[in-house]
Amino acid sequence: MQFGLSDEQEMIAATVRSFVENEIYPHEELVERTGDVPREIAEDIRRKTLGLGFYACNFPESIGCAGLNHLEFALVERELGRGSMALTHFFGRPQNILMACEGEQVDRYLMPAVRGERMDALAMTEPGAGSDVRSMTCAARREGGDWIVNGTKHFISGADHADFVIVFVATGEDITPKGRKKRITAFLVDRDTPGFAIRDGYRSVSHRGYRNMILDFDDCRLPDAQVLGAVDGGFEVMNTWLYATRITVAAMSVGRARRVFDLALDFAATREQFGQKIGKFQGVSFQIADMITEIDAADLLTLAAADRLDQGLPANREIASAKLYASEMLGRVTDAAIQIHGGMGLMDDFPLERFWRDARVERIWDGTSEIQRHIISRELLRPLGA
Amino acid sequence: MKVLVPVKRVIDYNVKVRVKADGSGVDLANVKMSMNPFDEIAVEEAIRLKEAGKAEEVIAVSIGVKQAQETLRTALAMGADRAILVVAADDVHTDIEPLAVAKILKAVIDEEQPGLVLCGKQAIDNDMNATGQMLSALLGWSQATFASKLDIEGDHALVTREVDGGLQTIKVKMPTIVSVDLRLNEPRYASLPNIMKAKKKPLDEKTAADYGVDVTPRLEIVKTEEPPARAAGIIVGSVDELVAKLKEAGAV
Ligand SMILES: Cc1cc2nc3c(=O)[nH]c(=O)nc-3n(C[C@H](O)[C@H](O)[C@H](O)COP(=O)(O)OP(=O)(O)OC[C@H]3O[C@@H](n4cnc5c(N)ncnc54)[C@H](O)[C@@H]3O)c2cc1C
Ligand SMILES: Cc1cc2nc3c(=O)[nH]c(=O)nc-3n(C[C@H](O)[C@H](O)[C@H](O)COP(=O)(O)OP(=O)(O)OC[C@H]3O[C@@H](n4cnc5c(N)ncnc54)[C@H](O)[C@@H]3O)c2cc1C
Repeated sequence: MQFGLSDEQEMIAATVRSFVENEIYPHEELVERTGDVPREIAEDIRRKTLGLGFYACNFPESIGCAGLNHLEFALVERELGRGSMALTHFFGRPQNILMACEGEQVDRYLMPAVRGERMDALAMTEPGAGSDVRSMTCAARREGGDWIVNGTKHFISGADHADFVIVFVATGEDITPKGRKKRITAFLVDRDTPGFAIRDGYRSVSHRGYRNMILDFDDCRLPDAQVLGAVDGGFEVMNTWLYATRITVAAMSVGRARRVFDLALDFAATREQFGQKIGKFQGVSFQIADMITEIDAADLLTLAAADRLDQGLPANREIASAKLYASEMLGRVTDAAIQIHGGMGLMDDFPLERFWRDARVERIWDGTSEIQRHIISRELLRPLGA
Repeated sequence: MKVLVPVKRVIDYNVKVRVKADGSGVDLANVKMSMNPFDEIAVEEAIRLKEAGKAEEVIAVSIGVKQAQETLRTALAMGADRAILVVAADDVHTDIEPLAVAKILKAVIDEEQPGLVLCGKQAIDNDMNATGQMLSALLGWSQATFASKLDIEGDHALVTREVDGGLQTIKVKMPTIVSVDLRLNEPRYASLPNIMKAKKKPLDEKTAADYGVDVTPRLEIVKTEEPPARAAGIIVGSVDELVAKLKEAGAV
C-alpha cells in the first residue's frame, strides 16, 4: 500500500475546503433557519464551481470534465462534507450513472448535467421498498411500443431542484428457483412529463434545506428513448455506477466529523470549570483522544477503499466497511462534541446540534448500517459456504 | 513584460499562534502553513495583468525552507507560469531577514529582468514591512507601497496608496516595485485544471549560496511573548454608569 497524497491532491482538498469555508459557511444559518436555499445563492455557488472547473469533477476528461479518480473525488466529498448539504448540492456532482447515456441521451441529459444546465435526482426508494429495492411496486407496462408507468417513489433527495429524474421501475417478473424476482429498468424522466408529478416529501431533522420529495406516476407514458441502459438492465446500471456512491457518505462523514472535532477541541482548551480548562480533566481529554482516533481511522478506511477502486481491485466489502464505520463514527463524534460543550452544545446558537441531527441520516441512506454489515459479512462468509 | 512575485510561506492566518516555551519564537512545528495573504493578493494582481495582456509571464519566487515548494505550487495553481525556490534554511523556525531576502531577490531580478515586482506589503508572521522597500533601494528602482489600485500605462504606473485617513495616487517610473495592500483585489481559488497543470510547470530550485548571499541573521530576538490576556469586560446598566466608570478609569 502506498501512503500519502500528492501535492495536487493536497491542493484539491485545500481548495475545496477553503471554498466551503468562504462560500458555504456564511449561508448556513439562513438555510437552517428557513429550510430553503435562495435561488441567487444556489446560482452563485453553481457559477463559481463551474468557473473553477470543479463542477461535475467526478466525470471523465473525455466529456470535458476534470476526470478525478475515486481517491481525489473522495477528497472533494470529504471537504464538502464540512458544509451544509443543501448548499453543497450546487457544487454539482451529477450521478455518475449518467455515463450510461447513449445516443441522443448524451446531449439531452449527460452533457447538460455536467455543464450545470440541468440537475438530476435519483429515485429507487418507495414507501414499501427501502433496503429491499427489488420489492418495488412502481411498475411499467408496455402499451403501443411505449411504457406506461404507475407508482410512487419517496425520500427522493434534490428532486425539488431536479430538471429530470433517473427512476428505477419494475418492468416484469421472473420465476426463479428462489421465487419471483422483479426485472428492473432505469428511466430518464423529465420533470414536465405528463403523468409525472414531484411533490413535497417529509420534513427531515437531518440536512435542513436538502429536501426529499415524493414522486407520483399516474399513467405516465415514456418512450423507449427514455430507457437508461438496457430494458430490464436496471440492476446492471445500478451495480456498475452506484457501487461507489457509498464512498461519498463515508467521505462526507469524515469531513463533518473534523469540523465538529475542531470545535470540541477548541472548547475543551478554553472552557474553564473547577478552576481549570476542562480539557485537563481526563473525562474530557480521553473523549478528545477517542474522537480523533476514530476520525483518522475512518478517513484512512475511506481513502483506502477509494484507492482500491482506482486500482481496479474488488472493493465492495471495503466500501461497505468505510460507509458503516465513518457514518457510525460521526454519530459518536457529534454526540461527544455536544457532551464536551455541556448545555450550550444543545442550543442552536452553536452549530453542534445541527451536526448531531445531520449525522443521523448517514447511517440510514445509501444502504443502512445493517445492510452494510450484511454486505461485509456475506463477502466473508459466502465463500465459506455459510 | 515579466512580473516577479515573491511569496512567503507563513503560519496560516487561522492558526492560533503559540509562543515556544523558551520564548525564542513562535512554535511552527506541525502547524498549518500557507501563503502570506498579502502575497496571494500580489499573485492575483500579476495574473490579472497577464490576463489583461499587460504582462507576458508571471514568476513566483520563494525564499526559505524546502517546504516553501508547496507555497510556490499554490502560486502556480493560481496561474503563475513558473517558480523559483531559493532554499536558504533547513529549520522551519529560521526566518530569513528582509535584507537577505531583498539581496537574493535582487540577484534573481538581475537574471530575470522583470519589468515589475509585486510583493505583499508585509508578511503576517513578523510584520516587518521592509523587503519591498529594501529591494527598491538595492536596485535603485522606484517603489509604491500599500497599493489598493494599480494601472500600468506604458513606461509608468499609477498606484493608489492607502495612507492614513485617505488615498493617495502616485505615478512611478517602470520598472518598479509595488507592495500591495488588502483591498487591491480578492484572490481567486485555484481552478481544478490549474491545480492539475501546476505540477507540469517549471519549478527551479536554487540555494542562497548560488546567489552568494549570506543569510546569517543580523538581528537578535531577545524575547517573544504572548500579548497580555485581555481583562474581562463588564456590563453597565446605563449611560450614566458608563460615564462614571470611564471617569473612574481616567478615560474621559
Ligand atoms: C433524507 C433521505 C434522503 C434519501 N434520498 C434518497 C434518494 O435520493 N433516492 C432514493 O432512492 N432513496 C433515498 N433515500 C432512501 C434511503 O436510501 C432508504 O431510507 C434506505 O435505503 C433505507 O430504506 P427504508 O428507509 O425504507 O428502511 P427499511 O429498509 O424499511 O429498513 C428498516 C430497518 O430494517 C433494517 N433492515 C432492512 N433489511 C434488513 C436486513 N436484510 N437485515 C437487517 N436489517 C434490515 C434496516 O437496516 C432498518 O434498520 C433517502 C432517505 C432519506 C432518509
Ligand atoms: C435545557 C437545559 C435546561 C437547564 N435548566 C436549568 C435550570 O433550570 N436551572 C439551572 O440552574 N441550570 C439549568 N441547566 C444547566 C445544566 O445543569 C448545566 O448545563 C450542566 O450543569 C452542565 O453545565 P455546563 O452546561 O455549563 O457545562 P460545563 O460544566 O461547562 O461542562 C462542559 C463539559 O466539561 C465536563 N466537565 C466539567 N467538569 C468536569 C470535571 N471535573 N471532570 C470531568 N469533566 C468535567 C462536563 O461533563 C462537560 O462535558 C439547564 C441546561 C439545559 C441544557
